[in-house]
Amino acid sequence: MNLETLDTAIRPALFEYLLRLGDDALILGHRLSEWCGHGPYLEEDIALANLALDCLGHAEALLTLAGQVEGEGRTADDLAFLRDAYEFRNAQMVELPRGDFAFTIVRQFLFATYACLLYEALQQSVFEPLAGIAAKALKEMRYHLRHSREWIRCLGDGTEESHRRTQNALDELWMYTGELFEVDDTLQTLTQAHIAPDMTALYSAWNAQVMTTLQEATLTVPENPPYMATGGRRGHHTEHLGYLLAEMQFLQRAYPGAKW
Amino acid sequence: MTPADILEALTEVRDPEIPVLNIVEMGIVRDVRLENDTVHVDITPTYTGCPAMRTIESEIVRTLQARGFQQVVVHKVFREPWTTDWMTDEAREKLRAYGIAPPPPRAEEAPDLIPLPFFVERNEPSVPCPFCGSEQTRQTSAFGSTACKALFFCEACRQPFEYFKPL
Repeated sequence: MNLETLDTAIRPALFEYLLRLGDDALILGHRLSEWCGHGPYLEEDIALANLALDCLGHAEALLTLAGQVEGEGRTADDLAFLRDAYEFRNAQMVELPRGDFAFTIVRQFLFATYACLLYEALQQSVFEPLAGIAAKALKEMRYHLRHSREWIRCLGDGTEESHRRTQNALDELWMYTGELFEVDDTLQTLTQAHIAPDMTALYSAWNAQVMTTLQEATLTVPENPPYMATGGRRGHHTEHLGYLLAEMQFLQRAYPGAKW
Repeated sequence: MTPADILEALTEVRDPEIPVLNIVEMGIVRDVRLENDTVHVDITPTYTGCPAMRTIESEIVRTLQARGFQQVVVHKVFREPWTTDWMTDEAREKLRAYGIAPPPPRAEEAPDLIPLPFFVERNEPSVPCPFCGSEQTRQTSAFGSTACKALFFCEACRQPFEYFKPL
């Protein structure tokens, strides 16, 4: 199935889904890019900038496709720079401020584990353009996962301070993990059409992988978290997203149509 | 002009980050089709976020328009995902002569880079120095100045160098 043979009835759900995937990549990429010039040492600064660039690459591909599926002529740039916070569909986890280095690494690890499994599954999507992007993005996300996984082990099983900071980051982030695996009508429609994967199986695999690494890192997940954050997929965000967009979209808002 | 001639013309387009290589020998050009008066060129990015892609796209259009094609459409395709395996032997040798250690012939068989070189026991890929050929080299960073390269150091000639990552 490609853009020409796409069933009209499924377009709204697919557009919505592509925004979720694209916005996750875009907002996470922006948060990573904030480290440029602030990394703990030169090589790590370069590493984080590289990861940010990959995420922006995934975002461009996914949002371009979203615009094509929508069919209203919107480009990836239109979607990135001319939507307001309530129109963004990213999970709240990726919009949280970058925090300290431990926070950034824990988030990257939790997200990259999820993204690798998701892209791996999406390679089998019957919607070919999405399967193609997934196959490409997977190769890059594997680098992210190996990088952040190695860091988690070092920081968690490191000094007293690095352990404390990493454990704090995990405690803070854990309540944002549930949203990554939420299933709603949109997702159900796409799963039935074999465009999106079954999130239940994905969650089990994610949980097993994350737990193995956290154990090696001597870290523990909060027991019985009282609450899992939700709403990002419906446009309900934390107060942090607005500030992020104010910076990211400034140029296009101040000088509409400005070109590089 | 046949598609083969068009492909030949496209060898004039260089990768702006690695100007010794053209986009055909890098495996970036996936297909060329001539339909009526329009040339369609399929290209695939080396990395999705590669900032050189925009320049490459506009250079393709400029080069072909200079050859008399008014209508040039560049399509970005992701399938099959680009791999360093598509680089020609000639391209690999050009890279080495330029001072960048080329990727091994088969990316699948290449040992993984070490994510954090200073924390783990060394059991790293042997990457010969592009300057002196010594295998006494070590990885200094899995990430380099562009998404496609890692940083290495040669213990024999004391030169830092870049390594084109197998992908």
